Amino acid sequence: MKYLISDVQLVSGEHTDLFVAEGSFRDPADASGDVTRIDASGLIALPGLVDLHTHLREPGREDAETIASGTKAAARGGYTCVHAMANTDPVADTAEAVEHVLEVGLAEGSAQVVPVGAVSKGLEGQELAELGLMARSKARTRFFSDDGKCVADSLLMRRALSYVTAFDGVIAQHSQDPRLAGAGACCHESEWSGRLGLPGWPAQAESVIVARDVQLAELTGARLHVCHVSTAESVEVIRWAKKRGIRVTAEATPHHLYLDVSNVEGYDTTYKVNPPLATNEHIEAVREALADGTIDAVATDHAPHNPQDKDHPFDVALPGMLGLEQSLAVVMETMLNPGRITWETLAERMSYAPARIGQVANQGRALAVGEPANLVLVDPSARATVDKNASLSRSRNNPYHGRELPDPVVLTMWAGDVTYGR
Amino acid sequence: MRHLLGTKDLSKEEALAILDLAEDMAQVQHRQVKKLPALRGRTIVNAFFEDSTRTRTSFEIAGKWLSADTINVSAKGSSVSKGESLRDTMLTLDAMGVDAFVIRHPSSGAAKQVSGWVGAHVINAGDGQHEHPTQALLDAFSMRHHFAKIGNPGFEGKRVAIVGDLLHSRVVRSNVYLLSKLGAEVVLVAPPTLMPAGVENWPVTTAYDFDSVISELDVAMMLRVQRERMAGGFFPTPREYSDAYGLTLERLRRLKEGAAICHPGPMNRGVEISSAASDSAASLVFDQVASGVAVRMSVLYTLLGGEEGIRE
Repeated sequence: MKYLISDVQLVSGEHTDLFVAEGSFRDPADASGDVTRIDASGLIALPGLVDLHTHLREPGREDAETIASGTKAAARGGYTCVHAMANTDPVADTAEAVEHVLEVGLAEGSAQVVPVGAVSKGLEGQELAELGLMARSKARTRFFSDDGKCVADSLLMRRALSYVTAFDGVIAQHSQDPRLAGAGACCHESEWSGRLGLPGWPAQAESVIVARDVQLAELTGARLHVCHVSTAESVEVIRWAKKRGIRVTAEATPHHLYLDVSNVEGYDTTYKVNPPLATNEHIEAVREALADGTIDAVATDHAPHNPQDKDHPFDVALPGMLGLEQSLAVVMETMLNPGRITWETLAERMSYAPARIGQVANQGRALAVGEPANLVLVDPSARATVDKNASLSRSRNNPYHGRELPDPVVLTMWAGDVTYGR
Repeated sequence: MRHLLGTKDLSKEEALAILDLAEDMAQVQHRQVKKLPALRGRTIVNAFFEDSTRTRTSFEIAGKWLSADTINVSAKGSSVSKGESLRDTMLTLDAMGVDAFVIRHPSSGAAKQVSGWVGAHVINAGDGQHEHPTQALLDAFSMRHHFAKIGNPGFEGKRVAIVGDLLHSRVVRSNVYLLSKLGAEVVLVAPPTLMPAGVENWPVTTAYDFDSVISELDVAMMLRVQRERMAGGFFPTPREYSDAYGLTLERLRRLKEGAAICHPGPMNRGVEISSAASDSAASLVFDQVASGVAVRMSVLYTLLGGEEGIRE
């Protein structure tokens, strides 16, 4: 298919035509013959969004999400690339496991699926997984994470960071001190945890691990990526580390930019997530850090769950919430529309930076002749009330249900194919 | 009133109405035939997801004395990994046409969640570390009797200390909300490790030093220190805890004339309360248990007794 997208606005503000043929952008002057014309006047073209943090649940929990359904939801949200987290069943801790995810993604995906490898065997935090074999596999894994669990052992973390420097890998850490925030911890420690009687998770359970890890990154010279930064203290540590020249990057989730701890008042387990929703002081710190670049990227931590895993008491229900479909909307609502970032910065945080961090060469590229045709067309003024039942995900644990938000995504194109259009 | 989930959302008037009705219910306890026909034909299920002898028995007796059919369901161990969800368990029971659930659950918020799922009335008989409203109501009932007995009625200006494991106690929240609504001043006493987060915003004062407040108290409410907390590093040893926060013989002697001692039970004698204190004339411990039945009868009647008592 060939497409001529006319009169579209780029993030720079410039208006142009984009011609897509054979998966790439071509010179619009060459557009002739059987070309599908898309009138994009009033729309903005962003590079296809890249998510560093997606739980696709396949293999193991295909009732909650599959690679096919999760990437459909991704496309609906404007994403052309997702990093599939390793906490599947079985865990993606071998070359065969990451190659399987890669192959299913190529066969069935509506977006590019980059398999994330586990740091430790079985996510158990005891022994290193086969990091090198995963790196040399067809999946060419560079991004490793035990996400869902913290690599808590300082020595194992040091070894992991050190080992992956051989092939310029990155360790993406779920920062949760398992003693300060143990198995039952489920509410940001604050007046809310005290009042609701929910086991508290102090902000420092995150930041003490971040503080340790940036120093281990300095010691080893390795690249560290901090997943789902949610507290002011973590932001300060990362700011300090970057100033010092430590190779650290960080991500923030849409829900930590938008939803505060008061949402858990009714014990609705949709709002149970790790790390927990925090107070406005922390939300403000995360927004500021995303604006100034201390936090490099937005990542969804899209975590589909079915009712049988959520219809439990708050401290027992599984943590996690959906994010792919409303991520761009939330970033617009919290960052762009209030004037805290520009479209250019938004493209940096949601496409260019995550593609660099994940080392995905053909994603996060300029919308320019010769580049792969990954883009999302955005209506900057459309708004809608989110309906969880309208989701393309297999799960319904959508924390934005019933909220009025931007509804920006008009069309998503991955490698020259339309993967979502409305 | 549709549900009783906590004392936080109970108005002072509603609380006083329950306490006043409990006075009438208490009369039944002294009759030879302890039976009122008030809730004949109504079905109350005590759904206990956690062991509790005294609360379950108290609710069961309260229901029976009101002529309701009371059924105990012990449903321990329902979890994510095995068996059905809490929602499915409760919807299954609800579908049998139950009029009210009395719920005890180890997780905070469980009663609130259930109230959103079922058509029956829900009474919270203790949810995790959150609330235990009937315990607070029976404590207030016992205190009110005591204040009247010593010729100094009413809660206004009374000083009540709640001492012990405040962090993990569901009794403390319910008592703080209720007692402060009734006009009492509440002081929370515990080591810093057992103070709840955000307690500075509660309608209370706090103290780490029990001795600094003991001589001013009208009521000393001693909370149980659970065995697992002793191993959890919240304080070094039971001996040290008792030395700082126990109602010892020495502290008993420093209580002012007419002061009362409460304990929601079960007691760890020798840890948070000495036998000298629990068995003293100042102790309301067994009055509290007796009050429990009357207060729970009052609550059941308040929810189920009138026209509003018909299930949705």
